Amino acid sequence: MVNTQTPLKAESKDLNFFYASGHQALKSVSMPIYENKITALIGPSGCGKSTYLRCFNRMHDLYPGNKYEGQIIMHPDNTNILEHGVDAIEVRMRISMVFQKPNPFPKSIFENVAYGLRVRGETNKRTVADKVEEALKGAALWNEVKDRQQDLAFNLSGGQQQRLCIARALATDPEIMLFDEPTSALDPIATANIEELMSELRHKLTILVVTHNMQQAARISDYTAYMYLGEMMEYGDTDTIFTRPARKETEDYITGKFG
Amino acid sequence: MAVQTTQTQASVLNNLDAVRAMIRRHKRNDILFAAVGLIALMIGLLTLLTLFIQLVSDGYPRFNLQFFSDFPSRRPGSAGILTAWVGSLLVMLVTFFTAVPVGVGAGVYLEEYAPKNLFSDLIEINVSNLAGVPSIIYGLLALGLFVYGLGLGQSILTAGLTLGLLILPVVIVSTREAIRGIPVAIREAAYAVGATKWQVVSDHIVKYSQGGILTGIIIGMSRAIGETAPIITIGALTFIAFLPPSPISDVAPYLNFEWLSSGFTVLPIQMFNWLSRPDHAFHINAAATGAIIIVVTLLMNGTAIYLRYKIRKNIKW
Amino acid sequence: MNTTTMPNELINLTISPRLAKNLRRNIKERLIEFILMLAALSAVFTTFAIVAILLYESFGFFKAISLVEFFTGKEWTPLFEDAHYGIMPLISGTLTTSAIALAVAVPVGTIGAIYLSEFASHKTREITKPILELLVGVPTIAFGYFALLFVTPMLQKIFPELPGFNMLSAGLVMGVMIIPYISSVAEDAMRAVPMSMREGSYAMGATRFQTALRVVTPAATSGIVAAYILAISRAVGETMVVAVAAGQQPLLTFNPMDGAATITAYIVQVAMGDLPHGSIGYQSIFAAGLVLFIMTLGFNIIGHVVRKKYTEKY
Repeated sequence: MVNTQTPLKAESKDLNFFYASGHQALKSVSMPIYENKITALIGPSGCGKSTYLRCFNRMHDLYPGNKYEGQIIMHPDNTNILEHGVDAIEVRMRISMVFQKPNPFPKSIFENVAYGLRVRGETNKRTVADKVEEALKGAALWNEVKDRQQDLAFNLSGGQQQRLCIARALATDPEIMLFDEPTSALDPIATANIEELMSELRHKLTILVVTHNMQQAARISDYTAYMYLGEMMEYGDTDTIFTRPARKETEDYITGKFG
Repeated sequence: MAVQTTQTQASVLNNLDAVRAMIRRHKRNDILFAAVGLIALMIGLLTLLTLFIQLVSDGYPRFNLQFFSDFPSRRPGSAGILTAWVGSLLVMLVTFFTAVPVGVGAGVYLEEYAPKNLFSDLIEINVSNLAGVPSIIYGLLALGLFVYGLGLGQSILTAGLTLGLLILPVVIVSTREAIRGIPVAIREAAYAVGATKWQVVSDHIVKYSQGGILTGIIIGMSRAIGETAPIITIGALTFIAFLPPSPISDVAPYLNFEWLSSGFTVLPIQMFNWLSRPDHAFHINAAATGAIIIVVTLLMNGTAIYLRYKIRKNIKW
Repeated sequence: MNTTTMPNELINLTISPRLAKNLRRNIKERLIEFILMLAALSAVFTTFAIVAILLYESFGFFKAISLVEFFTGKEWTPLFEDAHYGIMPLISGTLTTSAIALAVAVPVGTIGAIYLSEFASHKTREITKPILELLVGVPTIAFGYFALLFVTPMLQKIFPELPGFNMLSAGLVMGVMIIPYISSVAEDAMRAVPMSMREGSYAMGATRFQTALRVVTPAATSGIVAAYILAISRAVGETMVVAVAAGQQPLLTFNPMDGAATITAYIVQVAMGDLPHGSIGYQSIFAAGLVLFIMTLGFNIIGHVVRKKYTEKY
C-alpha cells in the first residue's frame, strides 16, 4: 500500500463489528498498522473509531452479545486475534490500552504500575521494582513520583494520572499500545507532555491512537485514517491526508466544514 | 532501538506456552470462584427450602380444616389456630389503616412538599434510623406508651398500632422511591393547566406511583404478619380461647369497634407458644402454623416482587 | 392570590366570588400540607417516643441499681429472690451469637456479592436477587423453629454433648438470615465502582477473578465494610431465633456450645411472665432495651457514615 519499507505490525481485514443491539458499528474496515509508527484514527463522534480501537484488545468481549466478523492479523506470528481459539487475555497481554479518562486503581502509585506484573504472577520483588522504575521513567513520571511511590494514585493530578496509566500499560512490554483519546480530559500543558511521550514511545512499540483533535493527529502521527459512519473513508501517511486528501469528505472534515 | 524492540516482543511470543499455561491456570480460578459464588448464593435458598420442607413435613398431620376452625386447647391433637388467624387478620386491619395513610402521606410530603433544609433532613435521618431499630424495641415502646401510658392495654389496637409504626419506614421509603420515578415534565404539564399542588399530587403523583407504593405496602404488611418479638413484648402471650367481638353487627350502624380493645393472639405468637412447650406433640402444631405463615408471607413478598418487576418493565417515561 | 390581604376582605364582605374561591382553595391547600407534614413528623415522633420511654423507665431502674453494678456485675438474675443486675451475661450472649452469625454471613455474603456483581450474567442476577429478597421476608420465628428442631439435632450428631439450647445453632441460623443484607449492600457498593476501572484491569490481561479481587473489592471497601456494620446491628437486635434456640439462661460465657440468653431473649422472657408494671423487673427490660438501642443505633450511624463515603466517591 502506502509504505513498503516499514514492516507491518498488524492489519485489519474486512472487519465488521456488531453491538448487542444489532447495530453495525464497523463496516468492512481494512487497514495496515506499521511497526514503530503512530497511526491516528480521526472522524466525527460516532464514526466507529473508538469501537475499532477497542477491537484490538478485545475490550468488546466484556459485554455480552457483541460480535466481530473479519480478521485482525498480528505480525510477525500471523495470528488472527479475533479468532475464537485465541484467548482475549493473551491478546491483552500483547496489546495494552490507555483510556480517555485516566482510570488508576485505588492503590498506591507503585502498585498501579506493578498491576500487570502481579496479574502475570510475578512475585520477585527486585524484578517488580525494576520494571516499575523503568516504566515510570518511560512514562516521564519517575522524577515526579520516585519519592512517593506508596502514595495513593488518586492524589496525582489528571495529567500525572494519565502518565501513570501509560506507565501501567508500559510495564508489561506490550507490542502495541492503544490510546483512546488520551488527552481529551487534560489541560494543554498535560496534553503536550503526553504527546511528547507518545512520540518517544514509538521507538519501543507500535501506537494506534484515536483522537478528535485534528492538530494532534497532524502533530504526532505517521499515518492517519479518516473514518465516517463505521467505514474507512481514507487512509494514508499523515502529510498526504492533511495536505492533499484524496476525497472531498476528508477534506471537509479536516478543514472544519463538517463534523 | 531495533534490538530492544525484538527483545520486548519476545516477552509473550517467545514464551507462548508458558503464558498460555498461566492464563489457563488463572482461568481455572475464575471457574472455581464462580462455582463457590453460586454455592454461597445457594446457601440461603437451600436453607429456605429445607426450612419449608421441614415445617411442612413436621406439621403435615395438622393440615386439615379442623385446624383452622378449632380453638387452642391443652390437648395438642384438638388445638387449632382459629383465634390466631382471626387475631392476625384484625391486627393487620389496624396496621393497614395506620401505616398506609401515615406512611404514604409522609412519603408524599417529603418528596413533594418538604423544603430542602434542616427540617426535612431531620425527618429523613429519623426515617432511615427507624428502619434499623430492632423490632423488639418497638415492643418496648408499645409496652410503655400504648399499654400503660395511654391505657390501651394488651389489645388488638395496641398490637396494630405497634406493627403500623414498625412498617412505617418501609411504606415511606417505597412511596418516595415510586414518586421519585415520575419525571418533572408530568408535574409541569399539570401545573400548566392550572392545577393546585394538591390536585397535582392526588390526580397525578399518587396515581402514577400507586404500583410502587402498593409494592411497599405489601412488603411491609407481610413483615408485620410474621413479626413476633414486639407482640410478645407488649405481653400478649396468653392463652386466648375466645374470639374478639365481630367488627360487623346486624343492627345499625352495622359496625362495631369493641374488637379493638379485645385481647387477642396472632399466628406467630401461637407458633411461639407451642414451640416453647416441652411436649413434642405441640411442636407439630407449631410446624403447621409456621408453614402457613411462610406460605402467606412468601405469597405476599412474591406478589410484591412480581409487581415491581412488571412496573419496571412497563413504565418508560 | 395574595393571601395576606384576604381575611380583611372576607370580614368586609365585599369580596368577589372569584377571590372567595381562591381563598377557600388556599386554605384547603395549606390544611392538606399541614396534615401531610404531621404524617412525616410521625417518624420524628416515633424516635422521640422510643428514646423517651426507654430513658424514663430506665431512670426508675437506675435509681435502684447503680450504673457500676449494671455494667460490671457478672450475674443477671432479676427474677430470683436474691436479684442481681449485672448485664455482662446478656452482653456476652449477644456478642457470642452475633459473632457466630457474622462468621457465617460475612464470608458467604461477600462471596455472594462478588459473584453477583462481577460474575453472574444479567439473567442469573434477575433470578437470584428476588430469591434473596424472599429470604429476608421469612418470619424469624420460622428460623427459630428451624434452629431448635432441625439444626440443633443435626449438630448433636456431630457434638453429642451439645445441649438442646445452644448459641451455636442459633448463631448459625441467624448467620444465614443476614446473608442477604450483606450481599445486597456489598453488591450495591461493587456495582457503584465505575466500569472504566474494570476496563483498566481487563486491558492489562487480568481475569475476572483478578479484577474482582484486586480492583473492584478494594475500590468498594467502604461500602463492603458498611454492609458488615449494618449486619452486626441486625444480628445484635435479632430476637426470635435466639429466644427460641439459644435458651433463656443468662450465663457469662463465650462458649458457642453453651446455652445463654441475649439482651433480646431476656426481654422476651420477662414479657412472657407477668411482672407487675412499675416493678424493678419490669423496668429492667427497658434498661436492657436501652443498651440494645444504643448499640444498634451506634452501628447504624457508623454504617451509614461509611456508606455515604463510597456514594460520594464516585
